Amino acid sequence: MTTWMLRRLIQAAFVMLVMTVIVFIGVNVIGDPVEILISPEADQAERARAVAALGLDKPLWEQYWRFLSGALQGDLGRSFVFNEPALKLIAQRMPATLELAITAVLLSVIIGIPLGLYAGLKPNSIGGRIIMGGSILGFSLPTFWVGLMLIMVFAVQLGWLPSTGRGPTRELFGVHWSFLTWDGLRHMALPALNLALGNIALVLRLTRAGVRENLPMDYVKFARAKGISPNRVVFVHVLKNILIPIVTVVGLEIGGLIAFAVVTESVFAWPGMGKLIIDSINVLDRPVIVAYLMMIVLLFVVINLIVDLLYTVLDPRVRLETKE
Amino acid sequence: MSATSQEAAPMPPKQETPFRRFISEYSESPVAVVSFIVVVLIVAIALLAPWISPQDPYDLAQLDIMDGRQPPGSRSMETGLFFWLGTDDQGRDMLSGIMYGLRISLGVGVGSAVIACIIGSALGLIAAFAGGKVDTGIMRLVDLQLSFPAILVALMILAFLGKGVMNVMLALVIVEWARFARTARSAALVEARREYMEAAKCLALPQWRLVFRHMLPNCMPPIIVIFTILVARSITLEATLSFLGLGVPITEPSLGLLIANGYQYMLSGKYWISFYPGIALLVTIMAINLVGDQMRDVLNPRLKR
Amino acid sequence: MSELTLDVQGLSTHFLTRGGVVKAVEDISFSVPRGRVLGLVGESGSGKSVTGFSVIGLVDPPGQIVRGKILFQGRDLTKLDERELRDLRGNRIAMIFQDPMMTLNPVLRIDTQMIETVLAHEKVPREAARQRARDALGMVGIPSPDERLVSYPHQFSGGMRQRVAIAIALLHRPDLIIADEPTTALDVTIQAQILAEVQKLAREVGTALIWITHDLSVIAGLADDIAVMYAGRIVESGSVSEVLDRPMHPYTHGLIGSVPSRNARGTRLRQIPGMTPSMLNLGPGCAFRARCARADAACAADPQQSTPVAGRTLRCFHPQLEVTA
Ligand SMILES: Nc1ncnc2c1ncn2[C@@H]1O[C@H](COP(=O)(O)OP(=O)(O)OP(=O)(O)O)[C@@H](O)[C@H]1O
Ligand code: SF4
Ligand SMILES: [Mg+2]
Repeated sequence: MTTWMLRRLIQAAFVMLVMTVIVFIGVNVIGDPVEILISPEADQAERARAVAALGLDKPLWEQYWRFLSGALQGDLGRSFVFNEPALKLIAQRMPATLELAITAVLLSVIIGIPLGLYAGLKPNSIGGRIIMGGSILGFSLPTFWVGLMLIMVFAVQLGWLPSTGRGPTRELFGVHWSFLTWDGLRHMALPALNLALGNIALVLRLTRAGVRENLPMDYVKFARAKGISPNRVVFVHVLKNILIPIVTVVGLEIGGLIAFAVVTESVFAWPGMGKLIIDSINVLDRPVIVAYLMMIVLLFVVINLIVDLLYTVLDPRVRLETKE
Repeated sequence: MSATSQEAAPMPPKQETPFRRFISEYSESPVAVVSFIVVVLIVAIALLAPWISPQDPYDLAQLDIMDGRQPPGSRSMETGLFFWLGTDDQGRDMLSGIMYGLRISLGVGVGSAVIACIIGSALGLIAAFAGGKVDTGIMRLVDLQLSFPAILVALMILAFLGKGVMNVMLALVIVEWARFARTARSAALVEARREYMEAAKCLALPQWRLVFRHMLPNCMPPIIVIFTILVARSITLEATLSFLGLGVPITEPSLGLLIANGYQYMLSGKYWISFYPGIALLVTIMAINLVGDQMRDVLNPRLKR
Repeated sequence: MSELTLDVQGLSTHFLTRGGVVKAVEDISFSVPRGRVLGLVGESGSGKSVTGFSVIGLVDPPGQIVRGKILFQGRDLTKLDERELRDLRGNRIAMIFQDPMMTLNPVLRIDTQMIETVLAHEKVPREAARQRARDALGMVGIPSPDERLVSYPHQFSGGMRQRVAIAIALLHRPDLIIADEPTTALDVTIQAQILAEVQKLAREVGTALIWITHDLSVIAGLADDIAVMYAGRIVESGSVSEVLDRPMHPYTHGLIGSVPSRNARGTRLRQIPGMTPSMLNLGPGCAFRARCARADAACAADPQQSTPVAGRTLRCFHPQLEVTA
């Protein structure tokens, strides 16, 4: 188990390293670092001074080394726009995004699993067919368009829910959260649903496929032959078997949700790091872009690690193998 | 179904009988047939836009600011032009805008998918054929690429390179090549084990001949399927990027950009500026997806995921 | 209360598939008295498992019981609703499945799967249920049951899993156990041990037992009665000694002829020629006639069930009364 953990950690560190190289090359080789790092108003002499100060006259590997050691110390440059450390800006915006993404994950499980169970248990019912048809829409509709429609229907036409912003927040562990106030929750409803839509479809399909696959199995029949209640057969015997792949996939999708929050946050003006990155790209505030990219890769790697761990906890078969 | 015959044009012409069977199996689903017709219509509209659209939306001389934000079904004060789907803030006929937007959306989507298909399939075939370190190297790259969500990769590239049609296409190619590589490789590995490959090897045909004359045509079906689905995905992604303001420039508005432009008016109830381009985008994506789904079911039932 | 624990009358179970009707079980009648063992034999696909599933009401769709009565202690199971059937399943009627690798849920611990069975039918404290599970594991010869209870199925061999399944079946000391080839996966010593255990239970508690198998030698040693199935029908039945010593149906003759232990030393084993007919859209007439040496024009009609001797049944126009050479 420990060697397995160690191997995964080394793998994760390696992926991080590769990403620093890619981002470094992207900023310094593909893009023009002078343009990126020095404000456009600077004159010729200022430029030369800045180039020297930033070490841009040094060989590439030395520049990379500076970038890497800076990154390791949490220094990824200062934002031109806000004149604050880029990493700090990202960190300030992160809770809003995480809150949104986690709510979306919860929604996709809370909505997706029951719908999938229904569609799996009654594949030929009208309800089951509608659910499956709807899931195709959930997959292929562009997120931003669905977001617009949600706003149009629920905010503009019906006026039930607010369309933009985060609403009032409350502090917990020194961080501001929307989910702690009723109005904050109302603000979160539409964006979270919008972000969750694709994942609802995914979870629903996985659940349905799992049910269809597991129901004909002998263990289900044997469970029924023991006289236990149908609810227990479905919710304990079948669901526990299906849950393993679902947890794995949903876990791996959290990273995707955080990335996709970029779109949802833009539509709903949700002040998370996705909104920040779009604004930063639009004004070419590259230190913030770099910080965002590094941060999100880190999130990815950590999430994958946790999902792997969770998987081994859930599936007794894998658990045994890793022990030996 | 005469419309359906264009469907498999890229399939090897020699396979006359499987091709017929493909058409009849494809036509079993009415939804798929309708979707195919819709796709053909959309492509036709996009190609013919300059000739069939009511006005040239980018000829400023034809626009009148007085016609701005007219609801659907109104008539121009000046020219008497009938606005089926209303106008945008500059008095541009939305129907014309959508037709031209389709051109760009489809162009970018198909163009990037074609390039990604060529590069990805070539790399996939090389991986399958070379095996060993080359294979491992390429597939590692594919895995790394696919483990990051498309939107993130695209954002990253556009952040480095800036906006523009070319950069968007480049981003889409980079996002998509890996899927083609994976598909081509697995198809090639399956084909390599087939009898005709053994026979060809026995005849000592040259390697390149083996790959291009024998293997590639037989790997086509799964690649075509993936191609169709990825065209829909590219169109979605391009629309998303353009909506975010990172995609095509304002001078070449795709459907995504049209939607973005109308977004600010939606809250004041002028829904049509965003709504109709959205519907056009939706129909396009759904139709292509449905065609792709049916082709996948017909060509390779085991490919279902 | 009648002495018969189970009395099946004219049972037919059909699968209404897209390709047509599969008459997996057609017009079968048999009964099992209290404390007796009925051996149900027949080749693969003859409908033995479907018979068992019909009795506990777990025929998979598109299968359904189309005709007949299943009287369990006088109650017709085909008339019960799902709730009433559930109260009987695993409690008064237990079933042991054919494939031990597939019957236990791979992601639930053994104790979970046993305790839930106890609690489904009796309101006892969890600890008591656990004790019952422990005892049942001990009874089927699983060493260190305490440790085994907290294991998962994949940590057991096939034979051990089957013993767990048998232990689960024994939890409520049921009145009827349907055992679907339960010992095929076990090695010979374990097999003997389990057979002895089950026989003891039948005698002491009065459990009636349906033992499904291909293996005539197991039936010879264990069962009191035998029913021979062929293509969904019971072609011959009676007490084990009667049927095995004086078989009448040509198919039974064939079966006995193909068992090594009952053959004289040195003579060749005889296979029954031909294959089991496809059960899909099976036409009228004796289903065995394509393989039967005695078949003639009469056999194109359905042979009705007759009672050649008291306590025996037969479905054949031309019974073979002489003993097989
Ligand atoms: N779900 C099903 N759908 C259609 N036909 C079925 C189904 N289940 C069983 N059958 C049919 O019922 C017949 C009897 O099957 P059954 O499983 O009872 O045979 P068996 O005697 O138990 O054979 P074995 O010794 O191999 O277990 C088979 O011919 C099979 O075709
Ligand atoms: S009825 Fe005819 S065919 Fe059938 S077993 Fe008897 S003799 Fe053979
Ligand atoms: Mg069976």
